[in-house]
Amino acid sequence: HQVLRIKTRNEGEVKKLQVLESLEHLKLDFWINPSTSSLPVDVRIPANSIQAVKAFLESCGIEYSILIEDLQVVLDKEKQDMACGQQRERTRNTFNYGAYHSLDDIYAQLDNLASEFNNIVSKIRIGESYEKRPLYVLKFGTGGSNRPAIWLDAGIHSREWVTQASAIWIAQKIASDYGKDPSVTSLLNKMDIFLLPVANPDGYVFTHTKNRMWRKTRSKNRGSLCIGVDPNRNWDAGFGGPGASSNPCSDSYHGPSANSEVEVRSIVDFIKNHGNIQAFLTLHSYSQLLMYPYGYKCMEPADYAELDTVGKAAASSIRSLYGTTFKVGSICTTIYQASGGSIDWSYDYGIKYSFAFELRDTGRYGFLLPANQIIPTAEETWLGLKTIMEHVRDNPY
Amino acid sequence: DIGDVGLKYHLELVLEDILDNDSTVNCSAEVLYHPGNKNLPPDVQLTIDGELKNTDEADNIFYNRIKSLEKELVAENIPDSHGNMSPEMEPIHLLAWAASGYVIWQNSTENTNFQLAQIKHVKQVKREDEYLEFDYMILLHEMVSQEIIPWQMTVLWHPQHGVQVTQ
Repeated sequence: HQVLRIKTRNEGEVKKLQVLESLEHLKLDFWINPSTSSLPVDVRIPANSIQAVKAFLESCGIEYSILIEDLQVVLDKEKQDMACGQQRERTRNTFNYGAYHSLDDIYAQLDNLASEFNNIVSKIRIGESYEKRPLYVLKFGTGGSNRPAIWLDAGIHSREWVTQASAIWIAQKIASDYGKDPSVTSLLNKMDIFLLPVANPDGYVFTHTKNRMWRKTRSKNRGSLCIGVDPNRNWDAGFGGPGASSNPCSDSYHGPSANSEVEVRSIVDFIKNHGNIQAFLTLHSYSQLLMYPYGYKCMEPADYAELDTVGKAAASSIRSLYGTTFKVGSICTTIYQASGGSIDWSYDYGIKYSFAFELRDTGRYGFLLPANQIIPTAEETWLGLKTIMEHVRDNPY
Repeated sequence: DIGDVGLKYHLELVLEDILDNDSTVNCSAEVLYHPGNKNLPPDVQLTIDGELKNTDEADNIFYNRIKSLEKELVAENIPDSHGNMSPEMEPIHLLAWAASGYVIWQNSTENTNFQLAQIKHVKQVKREDEYLEFDYMILLHEMVSQEIIPWQMTVLWHPQHGVQVTQ
């Protein structure tokens, strides 16, 4: 098979090529279809049509050149390269951070990061989901024992795809910046970071296979045909209060009791067992908000002034990159009253620096944020997180 | 800047053209909710301080493209799961957005905050007159309850006569 590049000089020649396109018996495969004379036309021609097509072009006086003399040779080489490439990808990390990935691919990349940066990154399993999928956390640290640490999770609501995607970008950013960026280096020399990129793996898989808009876990509810609990109404903070539903069919169903969801309980157990978590940060989308407690009551937390200052500084860092504006405030005053939320629990548990982010956008695409916005979102979010982490590092309590 | 008197809200807002961030226009609005009667949509009085951009050229290009289709347009999942949308579908999406604004207004209370989440399905309906008609199945995302609500709407559009939601 040959691939020809045909240069048309006018609409008449384009029309002639369109006639050629319609001749099905030639079995032509247009890589660039004839549409306008300003673009070349690339076409793959099976061996036994080559003579006929060239004769046609020459008799019409249409210019062409041979792009690929023999396609099979090129294909054979490509297959070879891919086989070698697959080995290389594991070590050279050609994971496309600017695309949305399946759970399996994300989990494979966690292994890649842990192996590529094995001096500072390790993978820990903190439990398993309702459908028995592992809950994997990446630990970033440089040694010591039970150092003060920062917790960061993403994807607790499975349809918020930009959060899982940002989390994995942030993981590789932290890993590769250690030893290069003074701030990250000093941070990891003092503290550990625990990152859970997919807090709700069952939901995430469901958004890929059945329903892109799924939010909750996939647990069965006794006495109801409806499935799932809103994992961010299931924490032990004002549980069952306003802003959560008691209806299992609702997308904000709080569940039968606090921590009924294994995904939530696994995080709670981890945090309690660790005993030295200084900050609890969680990623959601969308709305572009940076929030601190409380959600379950519309009262200011005791550390309101400091949290507001840090929040505003983080929002400022976020804005510095692409001009993306985040509103800062408590959950209750910024979006709505919502009980059983994770950062309310962590704050009341004693983790002063508790923040929830709502990432891009503000509604134009909502949950369906185009993949080309993943990396910009991750980059700006990282700047906000870094500002908070630096404050935590410099203000031990 | 919002001041409220009971159930009446006074809003000062800025409209920004999503296709051209530099094109903005100031507006003010008075919104009156009717808590006594849940089925009544809020009254809205809007004053625009200036002019909206002229979109005749783009409107006519879209109108002519649809009019010249051999078969009625049918499409689904706009945008798709990954947020992708082909350029041909952009105006279909924008039309749905405008039309869903009407649906949202008709169904809003002080405790709701709707956004158009996705077009699940759109089907063009053949018409004898000059209007374009589209049958949309959309998903609305209601922020306070976090529910995703499917909604069917029939939309008429014409470059000179604007958008109308008939169902």
